Amino acid sequence: MAFSSVVFKGKSNLIIGAVLTILVIGMAVFAPLLAPYHPVNDADLMVSEEAPSSDYLCGTDTQGRDVLSRVIYGSRISLSVGLVSQLINTLIGVFLGVTAGYLGGAWDDFIMGLTNIMLSIPSMIFALAIMALLGPGLINIYLALGLTNWSFTCRITRSQVLSAKRIEYIRAAEALGYGQWRIMFGQILPNVVGPILVISTLGIAYAILTEASLSFLGLGTQPPTPSWGGMLSNAREEFFTAPWISIFPGLAIFATVLGFNLLGDGLRDLLDPHKE
Amino acid sequence: MRAYAFRRILQFIPTILIISIIMFVLLNLLPGNAALMAGDQRKAPDPRVVEQLKKEWGIDKPIHTRYFIYLKGLARGDLGTSFLRREPVNKLVGNRIWPTLRLSFAALLISLVIGIPLGFISALKRGTLIDTTAMIGAVSGVSIPQFWLGLMLMYLFSVILGWLPSSGYGHGKISHLIMPAITLGIGYTALLARATRAAVLEVMHKDYIRTARAKGLSEFLINWRHIMRNTMVLVLTTAGLQFGALIGQTVIVEKLFAWPGLGSLLVDSIFQRDIPVTQGCILVMILVFLIVNLVVDLLYSVVDPRIEY
Repeated sequence: MAFSSVVFKGKSNLIIGAVLTILVIGMAVFAPLLAPYHPVNDADLMVSEEAPSSDYLCGTDTQGRDVLSRVIYGSRISLSVGLVSQLINTLIGVFLGVTAGYLGGAWDDFIMGLTNIMLSIPSMIFALAIMALLGPGLINIYLALGLTNWSFTCRITRSQVLSAKRIEYIRAAEALGYGQWRIMFGQILPNVVGPILVISTLGIAYAILTEASLSFLGLGTQPPTPSWGGMLSNAREEFFTAPWISIFPGLAIFATVLGFNLLGDGLRDLLDPHKE
Repeated sequence: MRAYAFRRILQFIPTILIISIIMFVLLNLLPGNAALMAGDQRKAPDPRVVEQLKKEWGIDKPIHTRYFIYLKGLARGDLGTSFLRREPVNKLVGNRIWPTLRLSFAALLISLVIGIPLGFISALKRGTLIDTTAMIGAVSGVSIPQFWLGLMLMYLFSVILGWLPSSGYGHGKISHLIMPAITLGIGYTALLARATRAAVLEVMHKDYIRTARAKGLSEFLINWRHIMRNTMVLVLTTAGLQFGALIGQTVIVEKLFAWPGLGSLLVDSIFQRDIPVTQGCILVMILVFLIVNLVVDLLYSVVDPRIEY
């Protein structure tokens, strides 16, 4: 894929991306310390839909819950979706890509055929179909997003393996009689980790964005789980009267996805040997 | 070229066949079925009614029998009958496809007109303020949740400024198309800008560009005749592949703007467990994606005369 971006000179992409990502991870890890209220239990109908104030920095929602606390806890949901589903994608994509590239033959043809079919199904639509089958819920989102977005990883891994398998010491390992699995995953895989890391980082961004979309449609996480997409979905009716309920979760999604995208871009620039 | 197009269209058949099997098996495993949901949901359904509905819809038969019945219909271009509306899926999908195509192509047009020139200028002015601003815009464009952007646009242009209608199809008026098309097109515009910039940077340092410059060709001619044309194949590839993402996003944008297209029909049918409609929508969306990619492949030979079919 011919994506590339050098938004800023040098490594600014990488730095800004890493800072945003670390902030979000910190938010998720230290949520109980950072959040002024409990995201679900501290519901006080007396303060329903209050505008941002010194008590509630980001205002309150219809049930009188603190929006800021829910946004802070929401980072746990979004991050777990991004990391777990992308881990599944990476494992599937790398396994199929490495074996297809190294073993070749009928297995390669089969995997490439499968990958092409996967690529012809818009992954959002595929994820929707799986959510329809499994029903809403966090575990189901991991699966729906983890099973539908491995085709790019698979293709990139395969093409990397095809060139890596001609390297001298891989030949040497073959001559020494190493087993196929040992060569594939012990010798070749470490050589092709860079591009996989880049595409996985970008995949995390994609998964977080898609989870928000699915939850927005009502097919993702369900209330009262504080997920950013779910918060936006519930706040739709109140959007024109209490916009703060929608603005802050949206900003959180934006900042997180931007962080992972910049990190991915930055890693690519860092690892790209052709960079001037 | 005609023979090539024909061969490619023939290749659609196995692809659609395999996708139809995957979809059919997935969707027919759905828990909860329309027979139970069709009646009054507050009361437990009468088992006799459920049995009768199952027979009427043909879902009392085993799954492989049902698939072959479905496939027979598919071969004749018949997508089946909706469980709930008792209408042919072809008619339901047929009514919805035009709004979706209109929306997608409007978004595509916006992306091509803004994204490609933006990427081009960024690459030529590499490292300047224009480039930096454009690329910050582009990475933001691929990161912003579209439905949220749509909400913000609605708030600004409908509520505060009152310039545009907030939602609905509006009998096809252009004013109703503008916001959904921008919302849908923003991510794609950003992608095309990034892809174009990368492609131009790659082409710019090729030997033939240096040759062109060495023989005294004006910068204008170098940009237009040499860089632009050689870049287009790379940009087209991205445009074609990512069009699938655009089609996927129509689901959210249509739902947000109450746009009566395939995407909103798909979401409604999922909630209603109206499986034939869900299948129909998905297959038609995939077919649109396949056709767009075929057109892209055929365009290669137009922008690059070296490619022949």
